[in-house]
Amino acid sequence: MEIPYTVKPRPDTGLYNAKLGIWLFLASEVMLFGGLFSSYILLRVGADLWPHGMLNIPIGTFNTFVLIASSVTVVMSWASLKLGKLDAFKKYMALTILCALGFLSVKSFEYHAKFTHYDVWFKDAATAEKYFKAAYGEEKGVEAARKLFVERFHLHNTKATYDANQVQIGGHIEGDPLCATLKKLLAAKKETIQFTPDAPFGTHDHPKPIEVKLSDVIRLSSYVPSHSTYFAIYFTITALHGLHVLGGAIVLTYFLLTADKWWKKNPEQLANRVEVGGLFWHFVDLVWIFLFPVLYLL
Amino acid sequence: MQATTSTHTEAAHSHEHHHDPGFLRAYVFSTDHKVIGIQYGFTALAFLLFGFLLMMCMRWQIAKPGEAMPVVGKLLESLLGDVAKGGVISPDLYNAFGAMHGTIMVFLAVVPLAFAAFGNYVVPLQIGAVDMAFPRVNMASYQCFAVGGVIMFVSFFIPGGAAQGGWTSYSPLATIIPTNGQTFWLIGMVFLITSSLLGAVNFIATVIQLRAPGMTWLRMPFFVWTQFVTAFILLLAFPPLEAAGILQLIDKVLGSSFFIPTGLVVSGKPYDVSGGGSPLLWQHLFWFLGHPEVYVLILPAMGVVGEIVACNTRKPLWGYKSLVYSVLAVGFISFIVWAHHMYLTGMGTKISTFFQTTTMIISIPSVIILTCLFMSLWGGSIRFNTPMLFALAFLPMFGIGGLTGLPLGFNFSDLHLHDSYYVIAHFHYVVAPGTIFALFAGVYFWYPKMTGRYMSETLGKIHFWGSLIGMNLVFMPMFFQGLYGMSRRMSDGGATYALTNTANEGVVTAFTGTVMKLNVFVTHAAVLLLIAQVPFIINVFMSMFNGRKVESDNPWDATTLDWQTPTPPPHGNFAKEIIVHRGPYEYSVPGHPTDFTPQNAPDPKAAK
Repeated sequence: MEIPYTVKPRPDTGLYNAKLGIWLFLASEVMLFGGLFSSYILLRVGADLWPHGMLNIPIGTFNTFVLIASSVTVVMSWASLKLGKLDAFKKYMALTILCALGFLSVKSFEYHAKFTHYDVWFKDAATAEKYFKAAYGEEKGVEAARKLFVERFHLHNTKATYDANQVQIGGHIEGDPLCATLKKLLAAKKETIQFTPDAPFGTHDHPKPIEVKLSDVIRLSSYVPSHSTYFAIYFTITALHGLHVLGGAIVLTYFLLTADKWWKKNPEQLANRVEVGGLFWHFVDLVWIFLFPVLYLL
Repeated sequence: MQATTSTHTEAAHSHEHHHDPGFLRAYVFSTDHKVIGIQYGFTALAFLLFGFLLMMCMRWQIAKPGEAMPVVGKLLESLLGDVAKGGVISPDLYNAFGAMHGTIMVFLAVVPLAFAAFGNYVVPLQIGAVDMAFPRVNMASYQCFAVGGVIMFVSFFIPGGAAQGGWTSYSPLATIIPTNGQTFWLIGMVFLITSSLLGAVNFIATVIQLRAPGMTWLRMPFFVWTQFVTAFILLLAFPPLEAAGILQLIDKVLGSSFFIPTGLVVSGKPYDVSGGGSPLLWQHLFWFLGHPEVYVLILPAMGVVGEIVACNTRKPLWGYKSLVYSVLAVGFISFIVWAHHMYLTGMGTKISTFFQTTTMIISIPSVIILTCLFMSLWGGSIRFNTPMLFALAFLPMFGIGGLTGLPLGFNFSDLHLHDSYYVIAHFHYVVAPGTIFALFAGVYFWYPKMTGRYMSETLGKIHFWGSLIGMNLVFMPMFFQGLYGMSRRMSDGGATYALTNTANEGVVTAFTGTVMKLNVFVTHAAVLLLIAQVPFIINVFMSMFNGRKVESDNPWDATTLDWQTPTPPPHGNFAKEIIVHRGPYEYSVPGHPTDFTPQNAPDPKAAK
């Protein structure tokens, strides 16, 4: 039993089976990411406050170029096969996989930085202002915290007003614990933490660490999905995209490792496989091309 | 003609069997579309029975609130512990059974049976293909489905039991229930969605790429068209639910707030999350799948009925092209009607009006399909065998289901009917005596091709009449209960709000005795319906060994390609190359020696 059109295209459709299959799969992927992008829009439109500038734009730009480069190399690898150059294929495919790994490494550093960066909310406005002064100086402290808050949420653009009760202070906890929460800290019998507040708006000079009593704190969260819907949707979409990058890289690696065998057996089918893998890879890049402006720039 | 009616199994076997696959390879990890179809079929039928038994437990609780369930109660207590203490189904258990009844019936029973089982078995045969386009993807599809099914089933036995938030799993309710049932539900759903995605890609690619020479688009049997459109619906409508499932899973496991609004108070305490989410977002994402899913349930059933009606009236389907275009129209419009499930959410009158309009529009192609099937009966020489009886019963039953949907589609009448027993009666008429009858018809119809033996007509007719009467006695009274305002999610069947409860004395809207007595009546009818399924179960297993053997490869004298194969079809399906010469339903062509002309029979004129 031979299934027809596994390698040669069917004349009336002009497609071999796998190529049609991957396009259909990508259509469903469009709906999957479409659902998540729609959720992003609805959450953002419905939010009272939506943060800006939480992500590192230079790093994001770098990663965007890494992925675009990998899209070029994956096409080159396919073209090399079509031209009968197996060695060039291997070179370009290896470059593609390196780009994928580079993207994922950079992303994991970004994630780690978020998991160790904290926001702390205080039990009332008076307590909050006490800590603002301790962090940024007796005179300018409250104003500095207000400025950070206003800039983060672009309050000069919105009708929402500054409320000292809502204002958090961002920074690092001594020892950089990963994803700590108020509950976990209390369970570890901590009463105070050494907290290094973020630099005032527009500068890079971190203030000295301050001592924060946990009894003054009502909420403490690193930048994880439970921090806010902003981080929830950021991590969900980028993690799902990251899984696609990882899955794509695994499949491309498999093509690379088995290339010799397939080259002997059926070079056209090898080229087809790489083409199908490449189509998926382009889609993964395309998702990032949407993700980068939506999450980093807007 | 001779070639198509004699058995030619040997010829097909000769070049295929140089390596004999072991038992595991042949039956468990098979890549043959027919084996996978049968795997899906048996798994789905088992879940269909299981889902029905869950409902029997709930019906007992509705009819006799607080009373111990006979026989089964003890078993439930020993299996599930305190939730069934003393054999009484507690409200928590009732909620879990209710949520899982819906989930199992939709995602593990009817869709797998209608789409995956019949589609897998019949579609490649009907288009003259040797197998599906991606046999290993097909196998993976079934395995994902099986894993999803196991996860759903296991969730009954974890501490706290299965999901209790309804099959729709509305947040925040589904998220704030502290047990892990919902987490299992979501993980199970991700597997089921993956399975249907793999299946959908495969079906579409198969229909586009593997049609036999001469099988043009408008020569495809109606059943293939319905499966083709269904596959597109699954392909494009399921992913948003997967997105929603992922978001709810993260809400549940990582404590985010996608669907949790700011300031939510649970049991008198502020719910400790960041807030800022939207419960409406879940409903939009859910119903974006949920409504097209209704057409996933009904379109394959219409396809099965179309095949059986054409074959058993011995005449072509009336308005084949109208049927095809209507199915395509239904497929497209099904994507823009979802929010008619959400009139009462406060999403706004403008949006409601839009969705009310599209909902009325989609009823037009649906009515065209049903009308064409009815018209096909006109002037036919009808054979009243069991498959045809079920197919005939489908028509009025689906008609009742469809027409009673109109008052729900208008937002002014939905205000009263929403979330009542009327809704239950409406969609069960569509799915139970509608779709499930069509699927029974399909089982009786294709069984001879799968096994080489007929199912028993006597048992079949007992099954049919018992089911037809049982179904109507179960669901018709629910329309009345719903019109009286009985809400669909009460574990005591409304006893709290009945006049018999002294607290409700003088309350005008309290349920009268008649309304409450219908609870008991419906439960009795459900027992009848259960008993009526026994002959079917016996029939399926007994007929494999004792059924009357088929006289030829084409026992129903049908025209489509699925009957032009050896019986049962071997790996690779066809004994000789298939070339299609004509449309799918050339029955009773004047001047032809037989009253049917198979699609692959050469033109008699050309033969001379």
